[in-house]
Amino acid sequence: MSETVSPKKTKQEHERSTSLRQELLIPSLAVISGLIIGAIIIAVSGASVVDAYGALFKGSFGSLSEFIAGIKSFTATGDQTELLKAIYPFTESLVAATPYILAGLSVAIGFRCGLFNIGAEGQLLIGSLCAVFVGYSVKSLPAFIHLPLSLLAGAAGGAVWGMVPGYLKARFGAHEVVNTIMMNWIAFRLSDWLLSGPMKSPGFRPVTQNVLATAELPRFFAAPLRFNWGFVIALIVAYGVYWFLFKTTLGFEIRSVGANPDAAKYAGMNIIRNFVFVMALAGGLAGLAGATQVLGVDHWVGQGFSAGYGFDAIALALLGKSHPFGVVLAALLFGFLRSGATDMQSMAGIPIDIISIIQGLIIVFIAAPDIIRWIYRIRTAKKDEMVLTRGWG
Amino acid sequence: MTNVLELRGITKRFPGVLANDKIDITLREGKILALLGENGAGKTTLMNILYGLYKPDEGQIIVHGKEVQIHEPNDAIKSGIGMVHQHFMLVPVMTVTENVMLGVELTKNGMFLDHDKVAQRIHEISNQYGLEVDPHALIKDLPVGIQQRVEIIKVLYRNANILILDEPTAVLTPQEVEGLFKILETLIKAGKSIIFITHKLKEVMSVADDISVLRLGRMVGSIDPKEATPEKLATMMVGRDVNLIVEKQPAQPKETSLEVKNLFVRDERQNLTVNGISFEVRKGEVLGVAGVQGNGQTELVYALTGLLPIDSGEVTLLGKPIHHNTPRQILESGVAHIPEDRQRHGLILSFPIHDNLMLCTYYKEPFARGVSLQQKAIFSNAEELVKQYDVRTPNIYVNAGTLSGGNQQKVIVAREFSRPIELLIASQPTRGLDVGSIEYIHKQIIKKRDEGTGVLVVSSELDEILALSDRIAVMYKGQIMDILDANKVNKEYLGLLMAGIHPSETMGKK
Repeated sequence: MSETVSPKKTKQEHERSTSLRQELLIPSLAVISGLIIGAIIIAVSGASVVDAYGALFKGSFGSLSEFIAGIKSFTATGDQTELLKAIYPFTESLVAATPYILAGLSVAIGFRCGLFNIGAEGQLLIGSLCAVFVGYSVKSLPAFIHLPLSLLAGAAGGAVWGMVPGYLKARFGAHEVVNTIMMNWIAFRLSDWLLSGPMKSPGFRPVTQNVLATAELPRFFAAPLRFNWGFVIALIVAYGVYWFLFKTTLGFEIRSVGANPDAAKYAGMNIIRNFVFVMALAGGLAGLAGATQVLGVDHWVGQGFSAGYGFDAIALALLGKSHPFGVVLAALLFGFLRSGATDMQSMAGIPIDIISIIQGLIIVFIAAPDIIRWIYRIRTAKKDEMVLTRGWG
Repeated sequence: MTNVLELRGITKRFPGVLANDKIDITLREGKILALLGENGAGKTTLMNILYGLYKPDEGQIIVHGKEVQIHEPNDAIKSGIGMVHQHFMLVPVMTVTENVMLGVELTKNGMFLDHDKVAQRIHEISNQYGLEVDPHALIKDLPVGIQQRVEIIKVLYRNANILILDEPTAVLTPQEVEGLFKILETLIKAGKSIIFITHKLKEVMSVADDISVLRLGRMVGSIDPKEATPEKLATMMVGRDVNLIVEKQPAQPKETSLEVKNLFVRDERQNLTVNGISFEVRKGEVLGVAGVQGNGQTELVYALTGLLPIDSGEVTLLGKPIHHNTPRQILESGVAHIPEDRQRHGLILSFPIHDNLMLCTYYKEPFARGVSLQQKAIFSNAEELVKQYDVRTPNIYVNAGTLSGGNQQKVIVAREFSRPIELLIASQPTRGLDVGSIEYIHKQIIKKRDEGTGVLVVSSELDEILALSDRIAVMYKGQIMDILDANKVNKEYLGLLMAGIHPSETMGKK
């Protein structure tokens, strides 16, 4: 214990800023290391790393010169087309990040309570189906009722899907990992059936009808830009989750149960109720992810709708250290990678799968931070690594 | 007389901490050296260095006059150093023989374990040193005292002639402690040398040939046991005068606070561990529950606080039944609980101190308004309690896990005492704490008693029970052997009760 007589406030501020830096250090280095190893793989496969990452960057952020040209043409002629084209890649990245944020929050809030929600994928799918159903079938409502109702339907559908494994764990002690995986399969097959039968639109393809215009999330720009209010909703929800987890008694309970269930029980908290509650919340967030995707981007649901958002969400929660703000940052990163990857493939001829490899590497580094500590010779004594989930049973 | 082991100038730094600062220690052949010090004084670090678990930054280890390099436990074993850990390193589902040979397996025909030969060797060791044990018994079926013997046999089996015993008496009954001391004598006679780590002062004086005292990573000094007194040793350990005896007035018991009638409780494995017990605790008195660990005390406390459901029976607090209540209801009816395992139940180590200081009342004013936590109130509450209860911490924002054991316990005491309480249940309130903290916690408990709170103290340390209690209940195999007036019993009498023998059957009450 040091005997330094430094003013209390600065000391505490200092400690907080160093701990924040510590929190960010490992994830940042993990991302950098992932990109470096990705570069080596690209080089080994015989392609140009500069071309590849150049295309990746351009595909995710757009190019500055085009942006400037767009602004010039807009101020000169009033014509938006150039400018919109220039910001298209950036907005597409944000569009891609939107479901990532919400699904990442879903897994993160589970981790905070010591639960491993592998079921975000299924919850997201159910959420999108509920949202699209309300979106196309409930007619003649004004948008200010229809849209929130559709969003809510998505969240509620996901919540029910998450609550089932939560209840099974609380009531029968069934492990949520097994049950959320099983609920995923039920969701996949249920959606196959719904899309080829009851919810199928007229025509040959197994897709639903489009949602009505009153259920669409408004877009900020004209087509083809798909950037919409879904992103803003995701950010607001992320802040909401932060506030809920860290500033409310309910969040305090959740975090206590997650950090030390025995102490939580000692303090009079109802562990079982928290399990059910958190799984429902997690499901609701994943359902909302599906709903914003449907109502903001696709407007209909077809087979293979989710494309792994729910599974990537596990990585996002790990990368973001289960902190809502960390999840947002991680989701943005994944959004940029995912949206830039398409350009990398078409312009530099690098298979899109390299992005999966980079994402995979980042996750490995996050999951095994000692690798990063070893590579970069970081000599921090790990004090309290957060326990994400405990063993079976 | 020769020195079998010398440590010279051992220094070990951890980030931000100087755990060992130029420590010199000498172990004479055929002698017992007691290493005395508070928790966090650096005893364990020093022994881990000697056993090859840590590498010293500076210093020499000299065994039999030759300097040795110890990089891992195998090096230590080769140098004839063996360690008996405080927490036994035994596999419960294996036999004594299998545990002893673990890591140094003997084989026959190239691939089969040679149980018979090892068992034979265990037999020899048992006979030679008076360590009776059945080589074919399963560890889980053996009492703690015998398990400890197995640990000692393990060390002797590896031909150690320097034995390190880390807090060996912590889990034993007074009679078992006597047995252990006899074994130590035999070992010494057979030419072994022993380092005995402890923080119990009386043991040190009865068993040691030399005493070395550590404080805050430094060697405070050595003292001849003949010249030592508990007070002197405590002062050396803590660095100031310590009051070893809790000063208290005779109790002024008032009406009944807690009443337990015919209580049966099953543990988590559904074994009946509390087997029909009845007692009462009155306001303004301390009822001490003595007993060797694992005789149902833990489950008794869990049942009283709602952490375990009761099988049958009745528990009333101030006349109102509470045996079907939830932990929260019990808490709200005014029961404070200092849990046996402070890190498991008492604290959330990864949470800051300020959150741990409101762990049981977070949902109430002033800490919460509706569902919204009131950070200002939480912080000021923490600042106040940290000051009032003298919790040594850089600030209230660090995680509870960074505190020393004594300060962690102070956090719990501060939290539990800061709300209005009718009954205090303190389970092993000073386990693993240093003399200074023990003194403090004991004073606080007596203060609560004098304020008119009923106090139930559960402890496996007889000294603690005797120091605090007004009446003493002794638990054995889930039952209460007897409830006695604290002024009218002595240690030996209680020790027999703890072993399940009713002294009146064999001798008269003293």
